[in-house]
Amino acid sequence: MAMFEGLADKLQDTLKKLRGKGKIDEADVTAAMREVRLALLAADVNLKVVKDFVGRVKERAVGQEVLASLTPGQQVVKVVYDELVALMGGDTARINLASRPPTVIMLVGLQGAGKTTTAAKLGLFLRKQGRRPLLVACDVYRPAAIKQLEVLGEQLDLPVFNLGTEVSPVDIAVKAIAEADSQGRDVVVLDTAGRLHINEELMDELRAIKVRVKPQEILLVVDAMTGQDAVNVAAAFNRDLEINGVVLTKLDGDARGGAALSIKAVTGCPIKLAGVGEKADALEPFHPDRMASRILGMGDVLTLIEKAQAAVDADTIREMEMKIRKADFNLEDFLAQMQQMKKMGPMDQLLGMLPGMNKMKALKDVEIDEKEMKHIEAIILSMTPEERRNPQVLKDSRKRRIAKGSGTSVQKVNQLIKNFEQTRKLMKQFADFRGPKGPGKGGSKGKGKAKGGFRLPFFKV
Amino acid sequence: MAGFFNRLKESLTRTRQNLVQKVEELVTGRTRIDDELYDELEEVLISADVGAETALELVERLRQRVKAEKIGDPAGLKDLLQQEIAKVLGERTATVNLEHQPAVVLVVGVNGVGKTTTIAKLAHRCREEGRQVLLVAGDTFRAAAIDQLEVWGRRIGVEVIRHQAGADPAAVAFDALQAAKGRGVDVVIMDTAGRLHNKTNLMEELKKVNRVLNRAMPGAPHETLLVLDATTGQNAINQARIFDEAIGITGLVLTKLDGTAKGGVVVAIRAELAIPVKFVGVGEGLDDLRDFDPAEFARALFAGDGEEEEG
Ligand SMILES: Nc1nc2c(ncn2[C@@H]2O[C@H](COP(=O)(O)OP(=O)(O)OP(=O)(O)O)[C@@H](O)[C@H]2O)c(=O)[nH]1
Ligand SMILES: [Mg+2]
Repeated sequence: MAMFEGLADKLQDTLKKLRGKGKIDEADVTAAMREVRLALLAADVNLKVVKDFVGRVKERAVGQEVLASLTPGQQVVKVVYDELVALMGGDTARINLASRPPTVIMLVGLQGAGKTTTAAKLGLFLRKQGRRPLLVACDVYRPAAIKQLEVLGEQLDLPVFNLGTEVSPVDIAVKAIAEADSQGRDVVVLDTAGRLHINEELMDELRAIKVRVKPQEILLVVDAMTGQDAVNVAAAFNRDLEINGVVLTKLDGDARGGAALSIKAVTGCPIKLAGVGEKADALEPFHPDRMASRILGMGDVLTLIEKAQAAVDADTIREMEMKIRKADFNLEDFLAQMQQMKKMGPMDQLLGMLPGMNKMKALKDVEIDEKEMKHIEAIILSMTPEERRNPQVLKDSRKRRIAKGSGTSVQKVNQLIKNFEQTRKLMKQFADFRGPKGPGKGGSKGKGKAKGGFRLPFFKV
Repeated sequence: MAGFFNRLKESLTRTRQNLVQKVEELVTGRTRIDDELYDELEEVLISADVGAETALELVERLRQRVKAEKIGDPAGLKDLLQQEIAKVLGERTATVNLEHQPAVVLVVGVNGVGKTTTIAKLAHRCREEGRQVLLVAGDTFRAAAIDQLEVWGRRIGVEVIRHQAGADPAAVAFDALQAAKGRGVDVVIMDTAGRLHNKTNLMEELKKVNRVLNRAMPGAPHETLLVLDATTGQNAINQARIFDEAIGITGLVLTKLDGTAKGGVVVAIRAELAIPVKFVGVGEGLDDLRDFDPAEFARALFAGDGEEEEG
């Protein structure tokens, strides 16, 4: 079920098939929306949230901006992405601090969500901001839960308050505040026991703590792997406690984390922090934009699309394609194309933004390409315009001059010319193969075929 | 079995949004089988975390049966869908294999799913069946994980083999099997640290534990149980796939079914990987472990009033 390896690719395929028609209409967008729906469901976004969302996106996607664009597939992805980011909240949310200390932060959630670990991480996080936190062990139920917090506190050199398992969590919380006051601790982090949102008795206990200690922040801790039920859980905790925010844990796993979207949609509460590892410092501010990319399974592809759109205008692409078809695509065009690419940013960064790009592996190769591209560029730049347009004129003496001028060798220059010729032939064949109706004959038809011309031939020097 | 059935039913009906009622709602008040009805059935399954693909497949099968068997009454759909799900889940009850002497059970899973609690429940059950049990504190990583297992061990009256925090879990595994041989233990159950399946080094560590168990006792572990949290969505498929690739999973334990999550993802896992669910967890107490019977489970999901006693 590798269904979401790139919603971007899927959409591209879906919409590409439709391009023969010359125009994309509402029905085509509906087809694309089916892919969006599947991708979101595979990411565990709640079905109801998906339905609402897809409805809204479709409205926008049917609008001019997408249908008229050169790359409707990418445009649809962009609309989906923008809406996702908007839904998850624009800016990174902050933790509320009390005007008069101590600030009380209460962590609540289901069993196994990661509250205790988060309590310790939060303690460290706050201390790094110059605060003096006190961790409080209010989980009197799970075996060794208090011990767990104590061990973590010891490891991080953070004080932990506990009264054993015989005192009620409400009393523990109340006494902890007094303790914090007397010790000059300005933030109190309450670690509560995991509980089901449908357990009345235990939800009452949380309400009682809330009433007694009036926390500035009640944070719902949610496992990023949570499925469809996330909405029920979040809605119930929010109804009973009016939570202020969410901490999403275990984001270092490979879950798409659609729960983030579901929870935001049903509670309206921002996701404030993200747990990204087992180590105590693996707690980060939450970034809605990154989460949107993750839910869609597509790296930073949106940034890439935006850059590409800004840098490459449609006319250039069309012109390029025409040249390829007539096989008079020359080194000058090639240079222009390379410079277009450069406007988008360094190759390794660009490729790093692509989904499924294994950083370590891919980037090593890319570095080589980048160097090669510099060589190619240097060689072409050392040629006269005439030589660029017509590489056949290059005799040995000229090649020696170019090699010297570009700081390469005659061998490299030869290689470039040979590779270029081969590539040009290939491109011509490719262009012919892709359709008999060239832009020269079909006029506007060329618009839809621009993609082949845009591809940069990465031949080696 | 009636106890299990009622318990399951009870937990499933606790929420207004459960499958049973939704299907009831759909089916009553309809006179025709149409696309809309199929769509709604599909959505019920998706809401239960069955997954869009699997839900689509199940509903497609339902369509074919309706066509082949010329069914016209929408009321029959519930039974059919339930049969299809039961078919995917397996024809009969899968049980743990405790035949070996001792039988070694390795329990694995991602963080916080309920491994340690499940081990306590399973140990408790074995004790009640008159077996001698040895627990192994293989989670040497998480703070106070060893203490947690020891608390359970004391409550149940079962010995726990432990090293100190930070020790090599493979060494604990080795010691435990040596101890088990000497003491005529019937069942050895080993806890492991929660680990995300995409962490290669932690999965390697698990492979090593597995190898050491096997070297210390050929054939061990006889059961390798992957614990899944019913609240987990489609990521559970990745979990099952990767843990299975690493050490071979013989059965699933689906915990936290006492909540409102349905754990429907096990249907997708069974469909793809053929790993049976062997137990379900329905609470935090020692008695809250149940056998998983596929047919009964599927029936319980769809059972309407008055039908529940037939199990
Ligand atoms: N409601 C409910 N809670 C459960 C169930 N099984 C386990 N839990 C709770 O889930 C929490 C985590 O359980 P643990 O057994 O510590 O989970 P674990 O997988 O060992 O966790 P780590 O070792 O930290 O990875 C505890 O609070 C358990 O009481 C269940 O079936 N239902
Ligand atoms: Mg554990």
